[in-house]
This record gives sequence, C-alpha cells and structure tokens, in this order.
Amino acid sequence: MAAQDIDIPKLHHPLEIPKLKCGAMADSMPYPASPAHQESVGFPGELLPDWKERALAKMKELGEKNRAFKVYLDACVKCGACTDKCHYFIGTGDPKNMPVARQDLLRSVYRRYFTFAGKYFPSLVGARDLTEEVLNEWYSYYHQCSQCRRCSVYCPFGIDTAEISMAAREIMDVVGKGQKYCNEIIGKVHKIGNNLGLQEKALRATLEGLEEDIEDDNGVSVRIPLDEKGADILLITPSADFFAEPHIEGLIGYAKVFHEAGVSWTVSSYASEAANFGLFIGSYENMQKVALRIRKAAQDLGVKRIIFGECGHAWRVAYSFLNTLAGPWDFLDPKYPVPQHILEFTWGEIQKGTLNIDKSRNDHIRLTYHDSCNVARASGMGDEVGGQFEIPRNVIKAVCNNYFDMAPDTIKEGTLCCGGGGGLLTDELMDLRTKGASPRMKALQDVTEEHGVTHMAAICAICKTQFSKIMPKFGYDMEAILSVHQLVSNALILSGQETEEDAGETAANSDA
Amino acid sequence: MPYDVNGTAVEHDEEGYITNLSEWTKDLAGVIAKAENIDMNEEHWEVVNFLRDYYDEYQIAPAVRVLIKAVSKSMGPEKGNNKYMYELFPYGPAKQACKIAGLPKPTGCV
Repeated sequence: MAAQDIDIPKLHHPLEIPKLKCGAMADSMPYPASPAHQESVGFPGELLPDWKERALAKMKELGEKNRAFKVYLDACVKCGACTDKCHYFIGTGDPKNMPVARQDLLRSVYRRYFTFAGKYFPSLVGARDLTEEVLNEWYSYYHQCSQCRRCSVYCPFGIDTAEISMAAREIMDVVGKGQKYCNEIIGKVHKIGNNLGLQEKALRATLEGLEEDIEDDNGVSVRIPLDEKGADILLITPSADFFAEPHIEGLIGYAKVFHEAGVSWTVSSYASEAANFGLFIGSYENMQKVALRIRKAAQDLGVKRIIFGECGHAWRVAYSFLNTLAGPWDFLDPKYPVPQHILEFTWGEIQKGTLNIDKSRNDHIRLTYHDSCNVARASGMGDEVGGQFEIPRNVIKAVCNNYFDMAPDTIKEGTLCCGGGGGLLTDELMDLRTKGASPRMKALQDVTEEHGVTHMAAICAICKTQFSKIMPKFGYDMEAILSVHQLVSNALILSGQETEEDAGETAANSDA
Repeated sequence: MPYDVNGTAVEHDEEGYITNLSEWTKDLAGVIAKAENIDMNEEHWEVVNFLRDYYDEYQIAPAVRVLIKAVSKSMGPEKGNNKYMYELFPYGPAKQACKIAGLPKPTGCV
C-alpha cells in the first residue's frame, strides 16, 4: 500500500514554514460517492449535465442566505497572516494549502460571476471562469482542509476558512460531485442511527459484553443501559465508542463515573451517534436530520438531561447549534445545561468528592493533552470562559500525577489539527493525513524529549483513531493515544471494589 | 480489476472490499489475502471464520475488543491482544481481516 511510501516531513519546529512545493498535493483526493451514497443524503447520483449553472445558483443562494459566507468572500485583503497557520500547508508545502490560496479557489469564481470588477475585468482582479478543471481542483483542495479553523484565529478579519470549505463541499454535493466517506456515513445515520451501521441487536450485545468485562476486571457490576425509558440522562456518544480502541475504554470510564455518581442513564439505539457529518459537508438539511434523532430519542425515553461523550465536532454541533437545529428543549430539566459535556459532569463529581480516585494508578503514564480543534475553537464548556481548555486539564490532573502541556502556540485556541478531521479520516487520504499530522507530532516529540512524555490523551473520536494510525509512523506505540475517561477509569476505585492493598491486608490477616 | 477466482471474476470497490457479499468463498479469501500480501495460516482463518460467524448474527463486524476476547478464548491469552492481531493483519484486524472475510468495511471514526 502507498501508506508505506509517505515522505514524512522532518520538522525542526512544529510550526516550521516549509519550502514551497507547487502542485505537490494536486493529485490528492478522496474517493467519489457512488450514486447510491449520493441519493441516500438527498443529492444527485452523478455530475449533472448543467452542473455549472447549478453550482453558480447554489453559490448565489449561499451568498444571499449566509451573510458570513459573503463577507468572508468579500473581506480578504491578502494580508498573508494565515499563510503559514495550516497544518496541511506546513506538512505538504503545497502553496494551495495556504488558507488564503485555498479560499481563493472559490473566491476567484465568486468574483467572476458576482462582482462588478470580476464581470468586466476578470484578469485584473484574479477572477476566473468556472470550468470542470476548477471543479476538480475544488474537489482536491477542499478535501485538504479539516475545517479546524486554526487559520481564522490569526486572521485580522476573522475569516473562517471552514465555512468556505463547507460551502464548496455543499456546492459540489448539489451538482453530483460528493465524497464517499462522508456521504456513505451520513446515509447510514439516517437509516440505522450511527456512522458504523451498528444495529440495536449488535449494540446490545456489545454493551453486555462490556458490562461483563467491567465486572471481570473490577469485581463490581456496572451497567451500560440501552433504551431504558425513564432514565434521567441520555448519553449521546460517538459510535466509535462502541467499536474502536481506545474509544471503548472511554465509554467504560463514563459508565464507571455514572455508576459512582448514582445517577440513572441510558444509551439510545435510535440516536446511537454523537457525530454529525452534516457539518463537514456544509449541509444544514442533513445536519438537522441527524440532530432530530437526538430530540426524538430524548422524548421517547423521557429523559431529563442530555450528556455528550468524547467527540470533537459533535460537541461543536451540540454546543453551538443544537437549539437551532432541534430545539426548543423545554421538555428537559432546566436545572441542567442543554447539552452538557461528559467532562463537565465528571469534573462536577470530582469537585463534589463522590469519586474515589487513586492517581498513582496512572503513574506508568507521562501524559500530554491534545486539544481537539472543534472543542477548542468552536465551543465552550461549563460556566467559565476557556472552560473547554481548563475542564479537560482539571480532570486529567485530578487523575494523573505526570502531566505536561505541549508548546503554547500548539495548544488551546492555537491547537493543531490531528490531521484527520472534517471528513478526511479515510484511508485513501493517508498521505495527507500523515503530513498534516506532522506539526502535532513534532510538538509531541518535543515534550517527549523534554519531559519523557509517553502518552497523549484526546476527547475526540476522530483524533483518537487518527493518532492510533499515525503515531506509529512517528515512533510511538499505537496504544499511546488515550481517551480522557480511560485515565479516569484507570484511577477510579469503585465502591465495593477490592483493591490490591485490601487483598494484601486480607491475606495478612488470614496469615495471622 | 476484479478478483480472479479460478477464472470467475468477483467485483470489488476502490479499496478491495467485495461489492456482493454473497460471492464470498474460501478460494476468494485466499485471492484477496494474496493481494494484501498475507499468507493465510490457521490463525488467520480462525479470525476470518469468527468475523463471518459474527457478521451472520449481527450484520456488522465485531468491535476489535470482542474479536480479541474471542481469540483469547480459542488461541490463548498470549495471542488475544491487539499487537498479535496487527501481526496477523498489519493494516488492522477490523479493516484488513474484514476485507478478506468478505465483510463490508467498518465506516465512521474508526
């Protein structure tokens, strides 16, 4: 496979400006959606004969409907502040991955058809016709943006590249040029309820198996309830938490925390997915359809509150858009935030003192934390400004003795993308994913060198999967990426659980 | 190019997963494994058979954890771990073993 031949850039600094490699990534593109995948999410099966007219009509509609999109297209003065801020540019050196240049692939077309200067003097203002070549260029480079929004932090006008990438993908979808990875997955959510296509019977068997594992490991029975009517809390978590490692360890952590907190909770088989890829393709209709499953599940189960598990963009959609997409949530208990993040819940329990924590159980780990882009830059958490940075760190420091942050310009609001976000977590983009991860990997290697860091934790299913595939290419074990609630789970002593010390005492007593 | 199983063509998608799951045979598994540079031994077959049985029951591949638990029971704890699964299937038990077993690729953030 091509994955072995990836030319990984050797960075001396996580944010090192690369030598330009024009056209280096021109051939990078994801597999196209099949007609069946396209139709499952309401788009034409293949490129329509009148695609150009439809694309321009969609662009016009977006400009009229979405004020921000039009401002972003009009406001850029090419100051260059964003040029070196994208992990894909740093990793690939392709100048079209400079955020301004990537935006301009679409902006140049907008200018040609929707501005006075572009209509009459196109060559003077860098305006260009929409051709099939341009469309193919969009398909390639708008799938080299993970919509992480790091560039927008440094833009003096606050232009949000993610919005432009989302718009470009939406335009491509409506003319019949969709991407397989996202559209196949969204279709599965509409049909089955989650990205994996995990049906109720399989989900139930998986959760029962996990309950057995927890009891075998701890000697205490902890439930992971499914479809339990009348439970107080509905947990909405990425389906990767039912399937992949280290995600599952995080789910076990949530279950143990809920158990110790003494609350009633449930997972829903109907809304068994936190992820909402409708965001990645810029499709409000699909995003809403996915979000409405959560509303229906909450009403059918009669819950009082909703808590989201560790999923980055899901938290963005939940925190920022859930009310608009699927509200009002007036049937829930107003005492609790709608929605709440699992880390807020766990941090609350730690502060109340309900959890019996033995931090030394994580002493084999020297840890750093990767701020996931959508949590860091597109949401908040808890009541205080910056809660999305501090609450995860507070929880980590409460359960882990050896914690070290990576370089300040690579964390919190300046965090680097994992390299696989925004609908790019697909094998055919492994070259891009590896190169795009290299700035984060360099920042990690630096804390390994300086502080002996062995592991990294994250609170996003995409980040976790991406790193478990990518970290081995940078000298780490695939198990060096952890769920934050995996660390909580390691350190949490369940009520009634016999610890090694207890066992030692019992043995000593019986000897006497 | 479709897989060639003793002269019969079997279609697959861009990534090598067969498109019609009912076309799977043991001979086809051998052909897919060869394309993946895997020399099928008894342990590979044990994993592939488990995946197929699980899929028959649940219409999806098992979580890696479930697979490892089953392998641990049948082959012993020294082989029932993630590392050993990656030794058998370097591109991952979930994806590469599913491909050989004729199952659809697991989709999502996995």
